[in-house]
Amino acid sequence: MNELTVSVSPHLRSGRTTRKIMLDVLIALSPALIASVVIFGWRCLLLTGVSAAMCVACEFVWEKLMRQPVTVTDLSAVVTGVLLAFNVPSTMPVWELLVGDVVAIICVKMLFGGIGCNFVNPALVGRVVMFFSFTADMTNFPAPEGTIDALSSATPLALIREGSIGWSEFGQIFIGVHGGVLGETCAAALILGGLYLCVRKVIKPIIPLAYVGSCMLFSWIFGSSQPVIAAFSGGLLLGAIFMATDYVTSPTTNLGKLIFGLGCGLLTAMMRTFASSAGAVTFSILLMNLVVPYINDLTAPKPFGGVETK
Amino acid sequence: MKDKLKILLNGMFKENPVLILALGCCSVLAVSVSVSGGFGMGVALTFVLVCSNVVISLLRNIIPSKVRIPCYIVVIATFVTLVEMLMEAYLKSLYDSLGVFLSLIVVNCIVLGRAEMFASKHSVADSFFDGLGMGIGYTMVIVGMSAVRELFGSGTLLGYRIIPEGYQLGILTQAPGGFFLFGCAMAILVAAMAKRGKKFEPKMGCDGNCAACHSACDDRKEAEAK
Repeated sequence: MNELTVSVSPHLRSGRTTRKIMLDVLIALSPALIASVVIFGWRCLLLTGVSAAMCVACEFVWEKLMRQPVTVTDLSAVVTGVLLAFNVPSTMPVWELLVGDVVAIICVKMLFGGIGCNFVNPALVGRVVMFFSFTADMTNFPAPEGTIDALSSATPLALIREGSIGWSEFGQIFIGVHGGVLGETCAAALILGGLYLCVRKVIKPIIPLAYVGSCMLFSWIFGSSQPVIAAFSGGLLLGAIFMATDYVTSPTTNLGKLIFGLGCGLLTAMMRTFASSAGAVTFSILLMNLVVPYINDLTAPKPFGGVETK
Repeated sequence: MKDKLKILLNGMFKENPVLILALGCCSVLAVSVSVSGGFGMGVALTFVLVCSNVVISLLRNIIPSKVRIPCYIVVIATFVTLVEMLMEAYLKSLYDSLGVFLSLIVVNCIVLGRAEMFASKHSVADSFFDGLGMGIGYTMVIVGMSAVRELFGSGTLLGYRIIPEGYQLGILTQAPGGFFLFGCAMAILVAAMAKRGKKFEPKMGCDGNCAACHSACDDRKEAEAK
């Protein structure tokens, strides 16, 4: 009798769950974490751990209070916490980081409906709030630990502005021995993480490539003296690989992703050239996050055999 | 007496000008950084609102409907100028801290809105209580928001330090913090009203009487389309 089983689509399921994807992201973030511990010391590990724990705790408490199903096991809060910790300097007081965690999880994620419903990247809003509230602590970049011939604690972007940086320092910038926030300094580790994500097909490389490439191009057009070095310093790689590629707040189609990446690159280059370099990546991604619904609408593919409406 | 009380409470809660009608948000967001400034702004607006409501209600049968908006503005501007001059003379520091937002009461949507929606159609006594209720509603919101912003943003309350230096959320004293708090306050009021079992229908201050109204709101367009 039961020869025909009728079920609703989707009929093909890959065994991939949110939890597995988030685990892959965490694995991809681990080289940058190790690099930060090597460069800035053990406090990085403390900050990252506390931040991740706080994000999970916020989500758990909120869901318990609102009598919603508890979703902390999907690890997305852990990723938010780690990314947020990656955005602060290693000297950041812990309580200030906790404020950022609460804003990211409660205000941006849970108030808008939890995972999949946030309208912008939670970690980036947490960073903006910390940046405007604790500006001094957020921009106090410590010099790398135990390195004598390291670059001074000024960030490479500031040095590029002064014009006192050249290709001879590129090696140091690439391995991350310079001032900056936890996760952004080591370009090599971030690229390694990005490659892992691409190989595991967690992200498509379109957004990071379009973002970094267009940022280089536009920086060059706007007259930056070192567009390539600028692309490897500051939060650009961290943002391009791990923040701009967030599923919820980036376009779904390939063309949309390309537009999104180009937009981010243009905005970042403009802000870095004509305004302050601090926060350029953050604000670019947040602004582009906000237009993602429109990009999605404009790049929606025509269904096979479908007729153009309107 | 009971209906007067209802009009008074209407402005404070059910039709709170800032949180429900979403009028006059500009000054609320801009001035609510310190409690003293917020309270001063609230009192100034309440004074203007009550006086203009009473005068416009008195003149409601004299003002020709075609030129009513300029007439309202003249009445409102008179009282704003009065407040401005008095404040400059006797409360110079408050006058300086409010800056342009004091003069901008002239074009505050609450004052003009109540003149158009209420005072031009109701008796003098009713208009007085409506102005008073709306003014108190505005003052409550702006003082509440100022208290939170001053306490957590600057660590002080009425100028006295409560939270030690270095433990402030600076973003609250800036525009984004103001918008954030404003959204939260709106959500809390709506949630509280929903909890008390009151069906929440945001009304734009009209009684649904489109014939007596000259604005082209969405509801009207909908009604006309039918």
